[in-house]
Amino acid sequence: MNTADRAVVLELRGVSRVHGEGAAEVHALRDVDLTLVEGELVAVMGPSGSGKSTLLTLLGGLDRPTSGEVFIEGQSLADLSTKKLAAMRRRSVGYVFQDLNLIPTLTAVENVGLPLELDGASRRTARRTALKSLEDVELMDLADRFPDEMSGGQQQRVAIARALVGPRRVLLADEPTGALDSQTGEAVLRVLRRRIDRGGAGLLVTHDARHAAWADRIVFLRDGQITDTTASELSAEALLGTGRHV
Amino acid sequence: MALLTEGPRHGYQLRAEFEARTGGTWPLNVGQVYTTLQRLERDGLVEGAGAADAEGRIAYVLTDAGRAQAADWFTTPVDKTSDPRDELSIKLALGVGMEGVDIAALVQAQRSATLRQLQDYTRLKRQADDAHDLAWELVLERLIFSAESQVRWLDHVESRVRRARRAEPASATAADTERVRS
Repeated sequence: MNTADRAVVLELRGVSRVHGEGAAEVHALRDVDLTLVEGELVAVMGPSGSGKSTLLTLLGGLDRPTSGEVFIEGQSLADLSTKKLAAMRRRSVGYVFQDLNLIPTLTAVENVGLPLELDGASRRTARRTALKSLEDVELMDLADRFPDEMSGGQQQRVAIARALVGPRRVLLADEPTGALDSQTGEAVLRVLRRRIDRGGAGLLVTHDARHAAWADRIVFLRDGQITDTTASELSAEALLGTGRHV
Repeated sequence: MALLTEGPRHGYQLRAEFEARTGGTWPLNVGQVYTTLQRLERDGLVEGAGAADAEGRIAYVLTDAGRAQAADWFTTPVDKTSDPRDELSIKLALGVGMEGVDIAALVQAQRSATLRQLQDYTRLKRQADDAHDLAWELVLERLIFSAESQVRWLDHVESRVRRARRAEPASATAADTERVRS
């Protein structure tokens, strides 16, 4: 399906963020436009200090832009009170960090269901929805394990399940494979990719080109600006000659 | 020769199998295959196995010497100098000393192109994985690792050139001052 036909999940319109004032003024982001549609995974690359973290905090509604607007599922975050913004975050946005993703005293399914419970769902409903989400990351069998009874890769998959549990559509990942060995990291990305193919949208911040290559688009940030975007559209024939037909 | 270790094959079969196993990454023309077979026969490494089939094609088998050489080939490291000339290195080496060549733009353009390739290879790898095609997956991973290493090298070039340029204005100013004095 063409991306033009799909619903917009996440949008930045002319977003700038300035920290500090006067001589100490730092332009963390300058006039950034970015749109993610349903089923899309976008990777963000760039040197440290290029604005990647600022981008994530603005998209997650953890900070407000100096100018421009952020939309999650069509709703402008600027129009929301602090309380409503917090509710929106709980319902729509999930994070996956490099490590320390899960609450150690809760099982996998309890971790995944937690945002639903915090949002008022009954424990039973939360469990049912969380199990469905664990199934999407192929972890049904480990639902009742505690984080320290799981491998690093499995814990990251639980974090992915939690990020997109129930009504949540936005996954924001900050170096999710950073603490994993190369094979495990790739397995996690494979699961993340499959999960996003089923619905929702994901933004993946990574410095690893091999991992960024799992995304539909790779966006470059430099000094707070998007300097380039790459997207893969080639057929296998165009890529490797006529020998292989897929 | 490696494919002949599995039994007699004629030229068309060798080409088809080579391309199937490497995912068509390096297409061969059948003329090349037959020329190679003739050269190997001359050197006593292969020999014809019986008469031609209905379509006039002769199957070849390895001789003892050929079998030994094929076994050797698998365990011999590939010579580094067999790599083709590296146009990108040449471009950078020439560009970095020239006025009016924007190295940052050169690096960015190349990195975008390489990342796009990396995305394409990754997509094909997913398909190879789904199809349980290990041979093709290994070839694709070779391309993926090599593209990744190029991206890392380009990141390095970019920061290296930035650092060098940052150090430059001071010496340029000194040279200008020299000129004014003289």
